Amino acid sequence: MSDARRAAPDDAFFWDAAADDRLVIQRCADCGRLRHPPAPMCGHCGSLSWDTAPSAGRGRITSWMYSLHPNRPDDEPRIVILVHLDEGVRLVSNLVDPPDDGPYDDRPVVVEFRDDRGTRTPFFRVDDGVPS
Amino acid sequence: MTGAIVAGIGATEFSKDSGRSTMQLAAEASRAAIVDAGLTPADIDGVVTFTVDGNDELQLMRNLGVEQITWWSRTPGGGVGACATVQHAVAAVTSGQADAVLVYRAFNERSQYRFGQPHARPMGAAPLDWYHTFGIDTPAKMYALWFRRYMHAYGATNEDFGRYTVSARRYAATNPKAWFHDRPITLEDHQASRWIVEPVLRLYDCCQESDGGVALVVTRAERSGDVDQPVAILAAADAHQRDASITSNYYHDDLATYPEAAACARLLFARAGLSPADVDVAEIYENFSPLVFLMLEAYGFCGPGEAPAFIADGNLDLDGALPTNTHGGLLGEAYIHGINSIQEGVRQVRGAAVNQVPRVERVLVTSLNSGLVLGRV
Repeated sequence: MSDARRAAPDDAFFWDAAADDRLVIQRCADCGRLRHPPAPMCGHCGSLSWDTAPSAGRGRITSWMYSLHPNRPDDEPRIVILVHLDEGVRLVSNLVDPPDDGPYDDRPVVVEFRDDRGTRTPFFRVDDGVPS
Repeated sequence: MTGAIVAGIGATEFSKDSGRSTMQLAAEASRAAIVDAGLTPADIDGVVTFTVDGNDELQLMRNLGVEQITWWSRTPGGGVGACATVQHAVAAVTSGQADAVLVYRAFNERSQYRFGQPHARPMGAAPLDWYHTFGIDTPAKMYALWFRRYMHAYGATNEDFGRYTVSARRYAATNPKAWFHDRPITLEDHQASRWIVEPVLRLYDCCQESDGGVALVVTRAERSGDVDQPVAILAAADAHQRDASITSNYYHDDLATYPEAAACARLLFARAGLSPADVDVAEIYENFSPLVFLMLEAYGFCGPGEAPAFIADGNLDLDGALPTNTHGGLLGEAYIHGINSIQEGVRQVRGAAVNQVPRVERVLVTSLNSGLVLGRV
């Protein structure tokens, strides 16, 4: 599988922050709206100015599925999740260390940074109140 | 009425290994469509295909003997653009930019380039890279992450999806051109098929990978007298909205709906002056079975969350309220990127389908965000 992280200049800030275990969201510097995935222009006010807002890294699972490779049995299976962050944007990631076999719909999650193929990456685990 | 007609249709056989080039498939289907229209290659002066089609327009012209074209265009988004190709052709002929437009799509999508296999790179532009990084490397996974929300919102199950597949395979079983001709399945067969994307899609929820080509000829309605079996294009529409991306729908407020399809439906019905009750047959693009459920609800054939019961009640059957995917769909007939479903819509209006619905006046054909209403001239 290719690793497209950092390939796009619009996305670099996200992975730079992730390298320091920080989850950040792009924010329009003029109207203040958050947006993800990153984009060079604010679709609400047209501004090209932006900064980032820190995310608390908490949210709920909007959707999920097991990502297996029927033709690549040696690949590690993943649970792909669509997280609705408390700040109001959605983010695709993986659920790590699932406490059970699901279903995971609407379960609360918290970010957990891990190294993935050489890149510090925000994953999520179920936020069951138990420290990881 | 758009002022345009489908004048002819043509296709190759649908297989898993065509044994010939995609250009040959495109040329065979295109020539068949031109002949079916009662026209000659010299009559063609426009061509439309998908952006992802691998066949060069000029080389196809050379094969067919088309002397000159004054319109060419391609529709983005893979299957999203299947019905939009006809919209382009309608725009060309009704604006006077061309007189007769050839629409084509041909590929060896099983024997050469398989969409369904895990892809080493994102299948398109950003933001697909954001998903690929986390393991979404097939269309099945891209769509499953959207469809799962529908299941959760309404308690729909994979078994519900299986009831659609059984219907599609029943139609395919009596369609000699279908890959799954004479091979119907039961719900038990569906539930026994392996997971492709648990807990959403089993093998039998996924469309085929197919080799083949399909072509259509679109011309002005004034030329109806020149062609043998003209079919009116009553409406054509396409709708794309903010915060969507091709093959995924992750950012709208309610992921258990399909707002783009609902928008396309409103446009189609308004332009045709029709309502859902006026549709006699529907040919609904289904790369994966759950899409039919979202589409039935987006088009107002049933209410939100009601598609599982609507299908279980037999409404998609030949004697049901809305016979759907009467060729077997992309699951049962073949996956020619949705354009074979347009062909089936034309056949239903002509009265020439193998699973013919009696007294067809209007057929809805949809391919995700784009759609057509076909009817009698």
